[in-house]
Amino acid sequence: MPPRDSITARNDEDLLQNHPSPGKSRGPLAVGVAMLRNLWRRLTSMRTALVLLFLLALASLPGALLPQWSTGRAKTAQYILDHPTIGPWLNRLGLFNVFSAPWFAAVYLLLFISLIGCLTPRSWELLRQIRTGPPATAPRNLSRLPHHATVTITGDAAETARHVRDRLRQSGVGGWRTATRTEPDGAVVVAAEKGYLRDVGNLVFHFSLVGLLLSVAVGGMFGYEGTVLVTEGDGFCASSPIAYDDFRPGPLVNATTMTPFCVDVDAFHAAYTPQGQATTFRADIRFQDGADLGTDTWQRRALQVNDPLRFSGDRLYLLGHGYTPTFRITYPDGQVRTYAQPFAPEDSMFTSQGAIKVTDPPGYSGDDLRQNQLAIVGIFAPTAVVTGGIMSSGFPSPLDPGVAVDVYRGDLGMGSGIPQSVFAIDTAQVANGSLVKKAHANLSPGQSITLGDGTKITFTGVKQFVSLQTSYDPAQDWALISVILLIAGLMGSLLIKRRRVWYRIRSDSTAAGRAGALAVEVGGLARTDQAGYGREFASLVGLACSHKTYAAGDSPARAGKGA
Amino acid sequence: MTMADVESVAVVWQLASRVSDLTFEGALAGYVTALACHAVEFASRRAVPSAEVSAAVPANAAAGAVALLTRQGEDPADAGQDEAPGSAARPGWGERFGKAAVLVAGIGFTMNVLSLITRGMAAHRAPWGNMYEIVSLMCAVAAGAWLVAVNRAKVRRIGLFVMFPIAVLSFVAGTVLYTPAGSLVPALQSYWLVVHVLAVAISSGMLMLCGVASAMYIVRTRYDLRRGRGAGARSLLARLPSPDVLDRIAYRTAIVAFPLFTFAVVAGALWAEAAWGRYWGWDPKETTALITWILYAGYLHARATSGWRGSRAAWISILGFASIMFNLFVVNMVVSGLHSYAGLN
Ligand code: HEM
Repeated sequence: MPPRDSITARNDEDLLQNHPSPGKSRGPLAVGVAMLRNLWRRLTSMRTALVLLFLLALASLPGALLPQWSTGRAKTAQYILDHPTIGPWLNRLGLFNVFSAPWFAAVYLLLFISLIGCLTPRSWELLRQIRTGPPATAPRNLSRLPHHATVTITGDAAETARHVRDRLRQSGVGGWRTATRTEPDGAVVVAAEKGYLRDVGNLVFHFSLVGLLLSVAVGGMFGYEGTVLVTEGDGFCASSPIAYDDFRPGPLVNATTMTPFCVDVDAFHAAYTPQGQATTFRADIRFQDGADLGTDTWQRRALQVNDPLRFSGDRLYLLGHGYTPTFRITYPDGQVRTYAQPFAPEDSMFTSQGAIKVTDPPGYSGDDLRQNQLAIVGIFAPTAVVTGGIMSSGFPSPLDPGVAVDVYRGDLGMGSGIPQSVFAIDTAQVANGSLVKKAHANLSPGQSITLGDGTKITFTGVKQFVSLQTSYDPAQDWALISVILLIAGLMGSLLIKRRRVWYRIRSDSTAAGRAGALAVEVGGLARTDQAGYGREFASLVGLACSHKTYAAGDSPARAGKGA
Repeated sequence: MTMADVESVAVVWQLASRVSDLTFEGALAGYVTALACHAVEFASRRAVPSAEVSAAVPANAAAGAVALLTRQGEDPADAGQDEAPGSAARPGWGERFGKAAVLVAGIGFTMNVLSLITRGMAAHRAPWGNMYEIVSLMCAVAAGAWLVAVNRAKVRRIGLFVMFPIAVLSFVAGTVLYTPAGSLVPALQSYWLVVHVLAVAISSGMLMLCGVASAMYIVRTRYDLRRGRGAGARSLLARLPSPDVLDRIAYRTAIVAFPLFTFAVVAGALWAEAAWGRYWGWDPKETTALITWILYAGYLHARATSGWRGSRAAWISILGFASIMFNLFVVNMVVSGLHSYAGLN
């Protein structure tokens, strides 16, 4: 191997691109193969990786700047409405769905193919280097290296070389690996290298990126999330997607892969500062899973924000809370029914909006039933403040609850097959006259309104609801392991220094007449960060000098062995 | 606890909060003063005669001029030293201002740290729970990193450009972002806040230094190019440290800050898993953090790719810092996501 290679082969560009060069005269097949090979070489070059990295950053940008369907459905829809010209185009281009858009996938798949294509040969190369140690060849001209020095000592070339080698090997953990060679002109070369762990770290880092990507992909395929609002005193059993208000499964999820469990919410507690800022949330729940299902065995637990319940693969989170006003309706025929429905919080003081829909009022049947549905629609405020006829809340605790409601009678339009928000009525039904407003009132607990037909609606009080989420991701432990390796590898890759040093020891022709004069040329190369090698290099040069004393016979033990 | 105890505890808290506000103002004053002193130092270098001018001066003129004469054509900065050798004998007023600047920056840094500590005592939690506190912490880290850099490598000459973002950010923190000491909403009551935000603030503070060094690198290499064509010989820019020194500062800060930033993102993901039920959900804040991360990975790659070293790499590092600032200000205050901890509304 020519000396040049031993230096430049350490250069990443060369390492990455030292694929065999294609032959000269070839048939079409060979040309095709050569082209493919060329393409592959391009793809796996560091420059391509760099460009792809930027493309990935660029491709993620709309995901940070524009609302996304996956994280904010309502906001995205609103954005499209607000921007009627570009909105639909952005939507068509997938800019509201960046992270599942095909062009986004193309960029990261190319990047990861490039990564694997680039890492595999590097791994073999590194293994080979670790096995064989540094090549014993030295650059012809050590004085061209970034660090170099020449010292003159007296002694025997072979023994000095052995001494330098031994000292290098002793110096510290993860120390130098060495090789010694006598060049044709009689000079003895000691080549040494250290910091292989840097490259090990680098490979670990890049491979764990691949591991992380795989974990994310598997999690996305087999994982799911479901959210449900549960009012104090109620519960839910998670055995199928229909148990949830909103269920977001990965493509490979089905009901049979879900772990069944049941949860009852006994109570919810919140505490606030006098300014209305929350200080604690806590839901007291009972749950059962596995063999306990269907029995009377429940485990109790306080569920808090930042402190999920983890059991049999699933996790249960307390995500939010709000109020469920309760009403009692006394129908003209004397029947009494109670209704409770979570209202959606609109601000930090929990002014909430919602609707109670009575689809089957007693006393009607057939088509009549459809024409006489009831809806109680409006605002709930835990601490009611009425300004200018508008009710809002002055404090998040239920100090003085109130509702401001409109009562509608008519066809709620639920049969159309289009799902309705549980927090609102279909205003189109009001607009087309199918649903008619019958009354409006601001009520405190215990107060009531009576409609023309004698139906009496009483605001009976309020309970709290909690918003719970079940999450399942079978690969998240793998993601964690990947990411731990990633950080460890990264630190190795960035903080360990990989260095080479060569000593060329030959009898000194310029020091004529001095028997045993040796010229020791030392050259050093730091693979990346040059800074800081200076001082260390000086001590490496010193290794050769310190031998002078032994060579002069001051150290009998050494002198004896060396002869 | 008796009522009197409760009251005295409240008094101590109020006192701590007051001390925190005052020391923060002190820190700001320190940074601004340091900025001004560096500006004087930087401008004063013009007073040192440049090679051509001093050629006309008799050889027995001031020591500084002689030193420069003998070094004609060679940039003193390239020697990695702060001052031309001749000026060491009799420090000029520029240098005195420079030294004062570092001292005052040191005082500002100390005040900044004190302010954070007393804030933590007043609020009874880690003092990085809202934007005011986070930016304050970032400034302290950047100032601390700068003090280390200025002691290790002789790079006081870029002090003006380092103190500038620090002074601006601490001013913004003290005015626009300021919020009185208080408790945190339940969503933020987590030890992950302590870990995650601390790592974010420390790495961002260090990357601020990295970004400034990269910007100065670009300015300096551009100047070198112009000077190569014979222009700008008397420019103040000749006083910037050499490109090598600047590149090294940028790289050194990046290789420490990047793993830390990586850790910060991972800690954020672990927190998200505990708080929101998924470790990654493409929230705007998360997405921007990923972009930042990719940019810095790009910076490190660029430094190892021929054709991308030098100015291109430096531009990437600047972009990286821009995306940190974007994430801190624009994403928190304009784009709404789950990360609404700004404490501004
Ligand atoms: C997912 C995308 C990637 C990320 C986030 C990434 C990140 C990094 C980081 C942080 C370093 C450390 C830089 C240093 O040692 O100074 C690095 C080094 C390196 N990367 Fe990547 N990388 C990615 C993709 C790739 C690809 C596709 C290739 C191959 C074509 C590649 C090849 C290398 C090489 C050869 C080094 C060593 C450079 C050196 O030792 O200075 N990387 N990478």
